[in-house]
Amino acid sequence: MNAPVPHQTLVTPEKPKALASGQFKVTARDVDVYYGDKQAIKSLSIDIPDRSVSAFIGPSGCGKSTFLRCINRMNDTIPACRVTGDITVDGNDIYDPNIDVVQLRAKVGMVFQKPNPFPKPIYENVAYGPRIHGLARDKTELDQIVEKSLRKAGLWEEVKDRLQNPGTGLSGGQQQRLCIARAIAVNPEVILMDEPCSALDPIATARIEELIDELRQNYCIVIVTHSMQQAARVSQLTAFFHLGTLVEYGDTDEMFTAPQEKRTQDYITGRFG
Amino acid sequence: MFLWTLLLVVLLAAGAYMAGRQRAIALQGAAGVRLHSLPSYHGYLLAAAALIGGLALAIATALAFGVHSPLTAVAAVIGAAIAAVPLYGKDTPDFRARNLFERVVLVVLVLCSGVAVLTTIGIVFSVVWETLIFFRSVSPFEFLLNTKWAPTGTPPSFGFLPLLAGTFLVTFIAIVVAGPLGLLSAIYMAEYATPRLRSVLKPVLEILAGIPTVVLGFFAALVVAPLIRNAGISVGLEVASESALAAGLVMGMMIVPLISSLSDDIINAVPQSLRDGSYALGATKSETIKRVVIPAALPGIVSAFMLAISRAVGETMIVVMAAGLAANLTANPLAAVTTITVQIATLLVGDQEFDSPKTLSAFALGFVLFFFTLFLNYIALRIVQKYREQYD
Amino acid sequence: MTELRSELIAKRYRAERRFRFYGATALAVTAAFLAVLLVSIVWQGLPAFLEKKIQLEVTVDPAAVDAANPVAGDYDKLLREGLRTLFPEASSRVLRKALNGLISTGGSDDLRSRVVADPSLIGKTLTVPALLSDDADLYLKGQQTGVTRAPGASAIQIAPLEGEEGFLITGDTPEKSPEALPGQLVQAGAVNLRITAAKPGYVTAEALTPMEPAMQQLAAGQWQLVTLSVPEQDRRISDVQALWLEKLKAEGRVETGFNWRFFTAGDSREAELAGVRGALVGSLLTVAVALAFALPLGVAAAIYLEQFAPKNRFTDLIEVNINNLAAVPSIIFGLLGLAVFLNFFGLPRSAPLVGGLVLALLVLPTIIIASRAALKAVPQSITEAALGVGASKQQAVFQHVLPLALPGIMTGTILGLARAFGETAPLLMIGMVAFIADIPSGFTSAATALPVQVFLWSDLPEAAFKSKTAAAIIVLLVVLFALNAAAIYLRKRFERRW
Repeated sequence: MNAPVPHQTLVTPEKPKALASGQFKVTARDVDVYYGDKQAIKSLSIDIPDRSVSAFIGPSGCGKSTFLRCINRMNDTIPACRVTGDITVDGNDIYDPNIDVVQLRAKVGMVFQKPNPFPKPIYENVAYGPRIHGLARDKTELDQIVEKSLRKAGLWEEVKDRLQNPGTGLSGGQQQRLCIARAIAVNPEVILMDEPCSALDPIATARIEELIDELRQNYCIVIVTHSMQQAARVSQLTAFFHLGTLVEYGDTDEMFTAPQEKRTQDYITGRFG
Repeated sequence: MFLWTLLLVVLLAAGAYMAGRQRAIALQGAAGVRLHSLPSYHGYLLAAAALIGGLALAIATALAFGVHSPLTAVAAVIGAAIAAVPLYGKDTPDFRARNLFERVVLVVLVLCSGVAVLTTIGIVFSVVWETLIFFRSVSPFEFLLNTKWAPTGTPPSFGFLPLLAGTFLVTFIAIVVAGPLGLLSAIYMAEYATPRLRSVLKPVLEILAGIPTVVLGFFAALVVAPLIRNAGISVGLEVASESALAAGLVMGMMIVPLISSLSDDIINAVPQSLRDGSYALGATKSETIKRVVIPAALPGIVSAFMLAISRAVGETMIVVMAAGLAANLTANPLAAVTTITVQIATLLVGDQEFDSPKTLSAFALGFVLFFFTLFLNYIALRIVQKYREQYD
Repeated sequence: MTELRSELIAKRYRAERRFRFYGATALAVTAAFLAVLLVSIVWQGLPAFLEKKIQLEVTVDPAAVDAANPVAGDYDKLLREGLRTLFPEASSRVLRKALNGLISTGGSDDLRSRVVADPSLIGKTLTVPALLSDDADLYLKGQQTGVTRAPGASAIQIAPLEGEEGFLITGDTPEKSPEALPGQLVQAGAVNLRITAAKPGYVTAEALTPMEPAMQQLAAGQWQLVTLSVPEQDRRISDVQALWLEKLKAEGRVETGFNWRFFTAGDSREAELAGVRGALVGSLLTVAVALAFALPLGVAAAIYLEQFAPKNRFTDLIEVNINNLAAVPSIIFGLLGLAVFLNFFGLPRSAPLVGGLVLALLVLPTIIIASRAALKAVPQSITEAALGVGASKQQAVFQHVLPLALPGIMTGTILGLARAFGETAPLLMIGMVAFIADIPSGFTSAATALPVQVFLWSDLPEAAFKSKTAAAIIVLLVVLFALNAAAIYLRKRFERRW
């Protein structure tokens, strides 16, 4: 059980080209996650660089979503869930008892599998985060934040005339972009996306993927996906999870052409999954 | 007077909110940094402190000097100040006003949930305590074994067997009426009725369930009892003007909606796959219901009946108005009987001194009633829970 | 394929139809019971919403009403005198008492307010309505006895019997007997007779009021023959009172109006004066207290249990507790109120405050269970979305989950209130069952509640109170239906499918 994790390809600055800029945004060391008695993540260590898209791939139940939810402590909402090990964001241990989980989540935003806009006007959806964090001094500033976020999410042109319509009235793809705008509005540094396109049609998916590529300029993005094509399309780095362990993490192009691990190769070529 | 003090506390809390919020805004402006918590949370925290401090000291003063003492107002101001002023001094940007306030809120929520437990403790405490005092003057053996109930007689007699018999007689009649009616109604609603018909029938049962028991009691006494009496006389039977039958019949009708709605839920919870299995063998609908659905739903139906019995045993107004006061030890449904609830109600209505065995005996009856119904409810709820888990 | 025996199949189908019939019958019986219940109560209660008055010419006697203080005048006496001028034949004490019994002892409000408003009326004669007593009211509503009234078909002669009490009535010709049977009443002007026996050629009668003059001759149509279907000893209005009322009716003095007094007056010993205002106000105060305590407590408890509570022994205990409390007989809550609120804390008896507290505890489990269901129905994704942008758990709950659950919570609360509104037994325990004529003025003044008023009235022997009871039940049911309709409206209007 406590044996060292075999052979992980930790990314180091000198290795993949995407990492030339240095400094890791999120790091994890020896993370174990348990659901009751069941261990979901086994001794996981990873370093995720800033201003890049990292994709987590792997078969269902491999722990990729579980780990993603550890990064902004969304697992706190599950009573039976227990996390050990160190996870840091910008060098700060996020499981430190002194850390304010609310501030953490403002810094590490999240987009969920199914679009989950609040049943409120579009404007209120985006404005909610800035309001609770006191990011705007007055109404004009709030309006600016809302507009900026919606523009960044590529939704502004479609909704600017109906900001007071309910967010739930948008199409699935629009709803998901609204959720991205909502996440952007609180000025996060990391955005976690848990299979953000799995409930969308191909056209909406393409639109979101484009958006993710644009957002890369400013954010550290971690995306969990079921689709290897999607990982190949949007990410610079790919992590392959299997049975609760991180098998391999490295440059996406390399991973899909010349994986170092047999298991990765088997998965990518469709032997299991 | 105390109402004014309460109003004062609310005003103080409002003032504290303004002060806290203003201070936070000023701090934000001066320091030019973002605060840990929104200014309004600084306000909420101070308001909560003022409210709790003011209320606590005001109530303490009211208990010491009486509710109408003007001192309560002074105490409210002092209490609010003691609680809120130290917090006002905490003016650093990273002061976690929101976390602190949320902790206060959580404590309040926990306390509110505790009220339900407190109610139960209150009930147990009040019935047990008074019952123990009652048993100091009347031996428990007399209470349990004597067959004569005459609390106002000379000498008084406190044998509760006739009451138990009366209670069981009325309950038995009620269940005999309500059981088949409720169960058959539920089966018809769940398995046969078209959605349209169901949308008509469901409100009928809901209306019946919503009719206050005092109305049913009036109906039992005014319409049903004379009807039974006249019918009895016409066939040569002697019927008391207040008979167990009248009370039991109407009580049965009261319980029909309870049994039918509980059974309806339970029958609907039986998985369709079980029915499909039966239909696939060529069974008719009624055969499927009788041989598959009902046996599968049986634990739930049993618990529905237990809840219904508990309801009938505890029902007061119908029996007070239609069953009478005569403590007869009889199984004759045409005779007048009295029940535990009737006696509790009649013994405690009107002014009375609290130390006489007569009043205390009502609490002993309450003790019996509470623990009997508690037992039934507890078992029934356990069965339902087990049953739900089975099909979830 | 197995051959199925056709007679067996037929039998099975018969069993099927029989079973289905049983189910339909059960529902039909239940529906019929409800229908009979509602119809009989409406039938009983509707007449109580009307009241009968008679127009009287009253001379405002300066001796009875002091111009300096008109409020204190004895207006009842003026009404009685006004009535007596209409029936001078009521000369004896007994007859005067019977006559006075026709009008209510507290029905002079109209007269009083007119004189108080305009003291110059003192000494003048005016026409005012006088409220009838409950028995007279019931008689005129036809609830005491059936009445037929026919003009006399032929001329009659009335003469005193020789040598004994009573009178002899013959037709206009000696051979022809008047068509009247024993028990029937004869009325003409101040003549009030009851037929005692029918003999060949004549009938004998007794005088209900003194005959002046003793011999009279009445033409056909000049007299009335009145038949009452219920014998005198079985009704609360006597033959002579019935005749007087018939005469008042014939003179067009009786008027029927809506019984506003029923909604503006408190309880009274006199059925015709009793109203539900006091009980209604008492009920509203009580339910307001119950709402003020049960709603915040219940919602807070539900929020804690559904959103924050860890799974442990303590929260399990609370859960089991709430479920069991929901099924504890209501009278037990009355015992709790009596032992704890009245005896231990020394709160006032009969007060809406205490009643409200008891009802709050009674409906608390209902509100908690309904609120939890409503909170549970809000999908987890809403909470997650809020947490995802950095809201705290409490911000997520209070700013997103709670508003979305609010319609469901309100629906449950209204149904809980409806239950509290109809609850009687616990209120008996804490003394809200006394006779209280005043409208309660506050949360600690003595009060009763509408269902308790129903209970109190249903116990009274006067026939008029039976009708009043049914009327009070109608008011109660209307309030309950309104509450339920509000709950259904809320449910339909704000229902959200996730």
